[in-house]
Amino acid sequence: MNNRVDMDNQTDMNQLTEVTKTASFMNNNKSDRQIKRKRADRRFHWYGFTAIAMALAFLVFFFVDIIGQALPAFDQTEVHVTVNYTKAATKNYNKAVDKSVRRIVSRAWLRSIPQYLEAHPEMIGTSHDEWVPADSRVDQFIKEHDGHGLKSKYQRTVKEMQQENRVRSVFNTTLFTRGDSKLPEYAGIWAAAVGSVFTLLITMLVAVPIGVMTAIYLEEFAADNRFTRLIEVNINNLAAIPSILYGLLGLAIFISFFGVPRSSALAGGLTLALMTLPVIIITTRASLRAVPESIREAAYGLGASNLQTTWHHVLPLAMPGILTGSIIGLAQAMGETAPLIIVGMMAYIPDAPTSILDATTVLPAQVYTWSTESLRGYSERTAAGILVLLTVLLSLNALAVKLRNRAQQTW
Amino acid sequence: MSTADLFLWFFGGLLPLSAMAYFLARGKALSVESNHVRLHSRPGFYGWYAVSWVALPALAVSLLGSVAHLFNLIEIPSTMLLASAFGLSGAGLWYGLGHVKAAFRARQSVEKVMRCMLFTAATISILTTLGIVLSVVFESIRFFQVIPIWDFITGTQWQPDTAFLVGAGRADENVAPPLFGSLPIFAGTFMITLIAMFVAIPIGLFAAIYMSEYASHNARGRLKPLLEILAGIPTVVYGFFAAITISPIVVEIAHSFGLEADYTNALAPGLIMGVMIIPFISSLSDDVIRAVPQHLRDGSLALGTTKAETIRHIVLPAAFPGIVAACLLAVSRAIGETMIVVMAAGLRPNLTANPLEGMTTVTVKIVEALTGDQEFDSAFTLSAFALGLVLLIITLMLNIVSTIVVRKFRQRYE
Repeated sequence: MNNRVDMDNQTDMNQLTEVTKTASFMNNNKSDRQIKRKRADRRFHWYGFTAIAMALAFLVFFFVDIIGQALPAFDQTEVHVTVNYTKAATKNYNKAVDKSVRRIVSRAWLRSIPQYLEAHPEMIGTSHDEWVPADSRVDQFIKEHDGHGLKSKYQRTVKEMQQENRVRSVFNTTLFTRGDSKLPEYAGIWAAAVGSVFTLLITMLVAVPIGVMTAIYLEEFAADNRFTRLIEVNINNLAAIPSILYGLLGLAIFISFFGVPRSSALAGGLTLALMTLPVIIITTRASLRAVPESIREAAYGLGASNLQTTWHHVLPLAMPGILTGSIIGLAQAMGETAPLIIVGMMAYIPDAPTSILDATTVLPAQVYTWSTESLRGYSERTAAGILVLLTVLLSLNALAVKLRNRAQQTW
Repeated sequence: MSTADLFLWFFGGLLPLSAMAYFLARGKALSVESNHVRLHSRPGFYGWYAVSWVALPALAVSLLGSVAHLFNLIEIPSTMLLASAFGLSGAGLWYGLGHVKAAFRARQSVEKVMRCMLFTAATISILTTLGIVLSVVFESIRFFQVIPIWDFITGTQWQPDTAFLVGAGRADENVAPPLFGSLPIFAGTFMITLIAMFVAIPIGLFAAIYMSEYASHNARGRLKPLLEILAGIPTVVYGFFAAITISPIVVEIAHSFGLEADYTNALAPGLIMGVMIIPFISSLSDDVIRAVPQHLRDGSLALGTTKAETIRHIVLPAAFPGIVAACLLAVSRAIGETMIVVMAAGLRPNLTANPLEGMTTVTVKIVEALTGDQEFDSAFTLSAFALGLVLLIITLMLNIVSTIVVRKFRQRYE
């Protein structure tokens, strides 16, 4: 050990003598060399500044781009048409509107007419002028997006309708109240959001208690033996394992071995719980370690046992830190996609799940599914889904930072 | 009775029963104390003692039942299981209440139980690692029984399309055998990682230098969270951004130079992955740079060097091991990154050095193999686990090396 310190000192000394040599050499033609060195110094400073500026510029570009893509999704085009609730419409929904606008109105809406009439039989035989959602292609055409895919014949109809003020744009509530759909104008994030809540609930219920308990054991109870060190090394390794491998674990162990239903919130939640566990353990340990030893000693001095000291004194003081770690872990789990795709959570889910064993999708997985769709209407919905996801995640992270700042106590 | 119902019954029954046990035993202890008898432990401990006798046997029975069910040992009717669990709980309650006596050391018993529970929680992390390793290794062995391991490592052709025929018992039909040469896949991973590092290391390192050496305390406090936003953005979002926004830009720029570029080029996901990793490198390097003792800087500055010279010749060499460790961790992060490449990189394995061509990565192939509609037993599906095994080995090695490097660095300055 001493030897190494000596060697280190020697290398430091060598570096120093080198610098001194250059310095004495510089004195010979002072002004010229000094100007050069000054410039190099400023340049170096500037490099650092540029690096930060580039990263921040990217951040700005990224947000502007995503928001720009997402905003159109919050508007939905509606058209004013005459709807004939005839007897024929209960069998063939195409009969409900005039042939000229049949491809203008949303097909998803058309398909819902027989169901609607079944629920409201008194409507049969009447006809109403109504604002109804337009087809996604019409919507994209009105928004003047490239690749809207509307045939020129319908383009003319839509333009005529526009002149007659039969086209309007309203806030897209469908996006927030419906699940996935094969037709973009009826596709929403509701089912995925509920799925996310279910999945994360399981993740937190499993990961937080186990993670906090593990941290308490390692920090307050465990003797410094080989097994403890094995656990510590192991946790550090787990934190570095790519998330997709947790997906393989979930598939092989939870689904194939334990028979948890594929695509269920239970399978996804457990997989994410194992993934979040190291984050929670590491942050909890850090906040337990930050509680000064004097607090523990005071408790011991009053005759408290190890468990009483931890439960009554250390844990309450470490609570803000634990909470911060849990929120960060939650945010990480919420944005995770890869392991969930592996356990099958990218299925087509039009309805919100009602139990943790139902097939479920989550927000990021829904974003991924939409991004693979070719229809133009989906890509703005993808961006809208991303915007919702980012808003939630950034608020969670901001909350964590705020908590951390408030909790930062100097002892 | 479905599993969900069973769950509900169980927790609906067990939790109130436990609460009841706690309050009954504590109440009894309190009433004993009110008669001026001094109990050994505080009344709450007698409550918890009763709870452990109510909850633990019932949990153990249900665990045994589900294990038996899982391995098809014996089929126990769920109602019987439930009844026996609650019967045991009742007996436990009676037993626990019977132990509310002055001489009984309830605190020690409760603490022993708690210690065991904490220890069990700690072993779960070990079980997780074991689970990952075993699941990957076992399926990989099944894969390597079909495909020779040497062909997998050194083969340059990845054409698994005919693998399902083997599973369907039609292997003798006149088709080319499936080829599982993983070399082009690893080449793709390597290429994209390399591009990511070209972005992340310079920007991340200079950002760290700026934050630790130049920025004021206030500015640093603002810049660091801003940079960390980059790490908080979900990878699926980066993937979308790379595929929709960056890829077309790359293609256009390549065109303006008269070059051909695929829309699934390796450059776009590589660049975006690099951006994602910037905060990773910057915050780790920031920590190690700040850990370099101030007296080294002071000594150098006292000799008349400029700040930049001090950083370049004194601070960075001192922090070098830590920076290397940060870069290694970043590499392992890039190799295992999935969504960006799934969304923005290609599907076709391509052994090329041209980053403008489409190429694929290990993680893309894992996702492809496991989201397809092929049977779980086919070589195509199993290939995902073989690729996962290699991924696991690489990331673990990188992590271990970086841990060792960091430990050496710490020993030097602490």
